[in-house]
Amino acid sequence: MREKLLYALGIIAALLIARNLFHIFLRFPDEASQGAIFRIIFFHVPAAMAAFVGALVALGASIGWLTTRRMRFDSLAVAVTEVSLAFLAANLITGSIWGRIIWGIWWTWDARLTSALVCWLLYAGYLMLRRAIEEPTQRATIAAVYSIFAFVDVPIVIFSIKWWRTQHPQPVFWGGGSFPAEWYVTALLNLLAMVLLGVVLTAVRLRQEETQREIDAMRRYAHAM
Amino acid sequence: MPAIETRPRRRTRPAARSLWTALPRQVAVIAWKDLRAEMRTKEAVNASFAFALVILLLFSFAFDPAEEQTRLISGGLLWIVFAFAGTLVLNRSFARELPNDCLDALVAAPVSGAAIFLGKALANFVLLTAVELVSLPVFGIFYNVRWTEQFWPLLLVVALATWGVTVIGTVFSALTVNIRLREVMLPLLVYPVLIPALMAAMQLTTALVAGEPLAGDLLAWLRLLVGFDVIFTALALLLMETVLVA
Repeated sequence: MREKLLYALGIIAALLIARNLFHIFLRFPDEASQGAIFRIIFFHVPAAMAAFVGALVALGASIGWLTTRRMRFDSLAVAVTEVSLAFLAANLITGSIWGRIIWGIWWTWDARLTSALVCWLLYAGYLMLRRAIEEPTQRATIAAVYSIFAFVDVPIVIFSIKWWRTQHPQPVFWGGGSFPAEWYVTALLNLLAMVLLGVVLTAVRLRQEETQREIDAMRRYAHAM
Repeated sequence: MPAIETRPRRRTRPAARSLWTALPRQVAVIAWKDLRAEMRTKEAVNASFAFALVILLLFSFAFDPAEEQTRLISGGLLWIVFAFAGTLVLNRSFARELPNDCLDALVAAPVSGAAIFLGKALANFVLLTAVELVSLPVFGIFYNVRWTEQFWPLLLVVALATWGVTVIGTVFSALTVNIRLREVMLPLLVYPVLIPALMAAMQLTTALVAGEPLAGDLLAWLRLLVGFDVIFTALALLLMETVLVA
């Protein structure tokens, strides 16, 4: 059942992405001032949003582990953090490519870029911290506490730099955005596709993590014998 | 058996003191214990100060140490020195408890995780501030910078930012005490989380060393620093018990 559901979600995500790619590359005209490169925004922004949804789930899972002590929450936390990190990396890379074309530089120490990079480093630290701990319960607790600290830091990083003028463009999807309705629909559908893809990847990773846990338990049991 | 005059024991000794009278005492005992242990060996403080000197020396090769330029980057320079030197002190904070299983005894003691955290943080704060207050004049001498024009505001900023470094450092020192590669993991985890506090401290210090008064835009940075301290102190008090029994 779970298997079939995952396949179904994956197929829906693939169909959505195919539909969006068709619209983005074959139907939409070039943007007046940016030319062809503007199309990257349909991936750049949804990837960031999917990553933040993932960070929220990771926070929930970490708190879930600390309150219920059910290992499944810990597996979910690591699975969703890994997937979100991949989405955030996609966001950073697409942004960098866009910057190379429009600004002429790959990177600038602009507030928005810096904060995204800091987020990425915070959650990469989470994965590295996990690798350094052997004992599963201890690993789960320490990683959960770190995850909470990291999540609290994210809004501080983002808001602390609101006082600077950013080189990064202002949001185009809300707050005086200038997108045609058709583009909105495609961007939203792409966000849906990314979230679905994220769910499928997280579920696959979650199963891997649980299997790994079972194998570790058996190995310990064999040692004890 | 000679009769021993015994004073009548006070029977009214309360079984459990209320939290608000017990906590400060526990915190003071733990902080004093840490400071005394450090004062006997001085290993962390000496290493930390020597490291601060080395970094200060290295910076003189990185840029032209003329007064104008040094003033422009003084905040960044000082806080990189303080943050790097600080992790040496913070690394020792819980690692010091490992020999003879002192950490287990500390956790088993009938004090709350919050008390252990506050005591340790207080001791670390004192040690870190000491290293910083010695490094500051050395920086002034080496780089020809008159940094005392805004002395009291600068001291406030140093205290607030140092508390931020101490809070994160103490919690993460406890988080990493039992793991592999402890010395590597601590800085790796601490610096990204510290970025908002360090950023504010750098901006404020640069302005104050240049002689600007603490007003206008600088107050926004000061608010950020205070907010950082408050949020993470609260979070640390809440989560320390969980970390220690992990």
